[in-house]
Amino acid sequence: MSQSLDAYLLLACGLFAIGTFGFLARRNAIAMLMSVEIMLNAVNLAIVAFGMFIPALAGAGQVIALFVMAVAAAEATVGLAIVIAIYRNRRTPLVDEYASMRE
Amino acid sequence: MGGMSFAADPHAGIAAVTQAGSTEQLLLTLLLVLPIVGFTLTVVLGRRLSRPWIIAVPTIIVVWAIATYLSVQALIGDAFHGGAIQTTIYEWIPAGAFSVSFDLFFDNLTAVMLLVVTTIGMLVHVYSIGYMAHDPGKWRFFAYLNLFMFSMLLLVLAANFLLVFAAWELVGLSSYLLIGFWYHKRSAALANKKAFLVNRVGDIGFALGIMAIWTTIGTLDFVQVFDLLPAQLAGGHIEQWMMVGICLLLFCGAMGKSAQFPLHVWLPDAMEGPTPVSALIHAATMVNAGVYLVARSSPLFATAPEALILVAAVGIFTAIFAASIAFTQKDIKRVLAYSTLSQLGYMFAALGVGAWTAAIFHLATHGIFKGLLFLGSGSVIHGVHEEQDMDKMGALRRKMPITHWTMLIGSLAIAGIPPLAGFFSKDEVLGEAFKLGFQWVWLIGVVVALMTAFYMFRLMGKTFYGESHVDPHVEPHVHESPPTMTVPLIILAVLSVVAGAYLGLPLGDSTIHHWLAPVFHPALETMGVHAEPYQLFGIDGALILVSVAVATIGMVAAWRMFGFFRIHDRLDTVRALTARVPTLYQGSFHKWYFDELNDLLFVRIGGRVADAFAWFDVHIIDGAVNGVATLTRRAGDEVRQSQTGRVQNYALGIAGGLILIAVILLLVGTR
Repeated sequence: MSQSLDAYLLLACGLFAIGTFGFLARRNAIAMLMSVEIMLNAVNLAIVAFGMFIPALAGAGQVIALFVMAVAAAEATVGLAIVIAIYRNRRTPLVDEYASMRE
Repeated sequence: MGGMSFAADPHAGIAAVTQAGSTEQLLLTLLLVLPIVGFTLTVVLGRRLSRPWIIAVPTIIVVWAIATYLSVQALIGDAFHGGAIQTTIYEWIPAGAFSVSFDLFFDNLTAVMLLVVTTIGMLVHVYSIGYMAHDPGKWRFFAYLNLFMFSMLLLVLAANFLLVFAAWELVGLSSYLLIGFWYHKRSAALANKKAFLVNRVGDIGFALGIMAIWTTIGTLDFVQVFDLLPAQLAGGHIEQWMMVGICLLLFCGAMGKSAQFPLHVWLPDAMEGPTPVSALIHAATMVNAGVYLVARSSPLFATAPEALILVAAVGIFTAIFAASIAFTQKDIKRVLAYSTLSQLGYMFAALGVGAWTAAIFHLATHGIFKGLLFLGSGSVIHGVHEEQDMDKMGALRRKMPITHWTMLIGSLAIAGIPPLAGFFSKDEVLGEAFKLGFQWVWLIGVVVALMTAFYMFRLMGKTFYGESHVDPHVEPHVHESPPTMTVPLIILAVLSVVAGAYLGLPLGDSTIHHWLAPVFHPALETMGVHAEPYQLFGIDGALILVSVAVATIGMVAAWRMFGFFRIHDRLDTVRALTARVPTLYQGSFHKWYFDELNDLLFVRIGGRVADAFAWFDVHIIDGAVNGVATLTRRAGDEVRQSQTGRVQNYALGIAGGLILIAVILLLVGTR
């Protein structure tokens, strides 16, 4: 375990960037959901790190991280349900085919 | 006529107000309940009754009996000692400091008004049984008449300005309904619209006046207003100019309802209604409401001499103006309508000079003889088969003897020939005007008296004497009217003979002065009018001689010109005379072009202004609102093109925005 907060934050930043890139670049809806998960985990990592390194937080970071996980699980459930519903309708998982929001 | 002898009256002084006893309360309430019940029942059942008057007419006869009992109790029995009784039916508008009760108020002025309204109302109801016998819509007619009686009784019984205003609007409504009774006639439909609109103009003034009373004096109850006013004026809480303003606003309402110049235009057109309506509403009762309002507000007007001068000026001007039009009209009812305007002008002139009692006296006698004349004209119109043009009448006196004799009495009464009713009241108006220092009012009034006598006997001559110009097809069918019509005529004729003498004698210390002294005492005291001894062999006698002389001159002139007791009329003389003054004749014949002026001012020019406002409303106001909507929609259409509908483009936007915010925060935060 490193003694430097910066290291954790750098790692979190890297993960978040990867997630963002994935969300913006991948055309597959499932892959986009996975990217969102990566971003959420990056944020979780940052929160836990802050929780360990800043005494004032007194471990509250871990509690927040647990909340984020629960919410992320719910989000994944709903997201997957939507993706499946659209897939059944459109017969494709590729999001650039879903352009009907334009009108 | 004569000095105000209330000083000798044992009950002179501020009239005391007492709570009504249970009997009086019951009777006063019945006065209102009966007609409104009659109205409701006639509306619900009338169509199915074979005789639709069977509810309405007996109702009004009972009302008349109650009103007469109460009035006789008050006036002759002196049951309330010259004071007033007041009773609260319920609290009408309880709103914090602003509280108006549904109060009824009964004093000697109310008693006189009640006598006039219910007596003529009852006779007109009876007369209408005959007059409307052949009309298919007569149940509607009797229902409206009952509604009118309710409204008019509420008007004279109301104890505060707001309740008077409500009744004021109700009589306006019933007048509107009855003028337009034959609504399928276009002229009737236009006439009732005109009456309604012109009355609105006056009503705005009345409503503003009521608001002004509330904001200055702080109450609307008659008794409280009159009680509070002197102290508030003395204390400087109310300034005198405010009183002038209030009185002018109230007078504006009175001008509308009593058809005074320049709001007179609706009354002649109101003759489109059935003749009993003209007699009841547009001659004897409703048009007197303005006079009643000013008389009732006498303590207010007494504090505003400037307003009173205007009242006198408008009144006497209307008197001569309307009389000049009555000279040349051909429609028998229109002559009477202009005559009504003229006589109402007399009443306002009397109010304006401070002869309050004389005004109410003339109101009462005028109600009787003008009601008689209108009912008589209705009998004539009925007899010659709905013909109103006097050029198509003539020589009717043998065929309609009762109508002829009663109308002759009415004409003598209005002309002011002693000892008929009009003589006493008109003389009182003129004499008071002269003695109170308004010689100009007196002078114009005397001229009007001359004109009145002339046009009334022109009417009589053209209708009953000379040669017959009746349509030859109708001529054999001309007949006297049925008893339901002639009996009211006879009763009114008898009243026209005796009422003036009963009320106006003894000269200078008359009965009506005794009756009304408690009511007008405060106003006279404020104005500083003092009783002068009556001089039959002095100024008063001279004034009587002058007015009787001019009335006789007018009568004889018309007598010679329009074929009285002559087989042949002198139409050539009349034509030669009118040809000499064509401008005057045409002016008078066209009512001094007032309808044309109003048409120009309010229909054409006013219409243009209204059109301009309508254009402004449609194009600028609506245009602005619609423009904003259109702009938003167009902008939305344009901006929409930039949307791709792809979720990742939006996500890129969010990400870019986040980065932008982060960069800005870093830049600002590191400063």
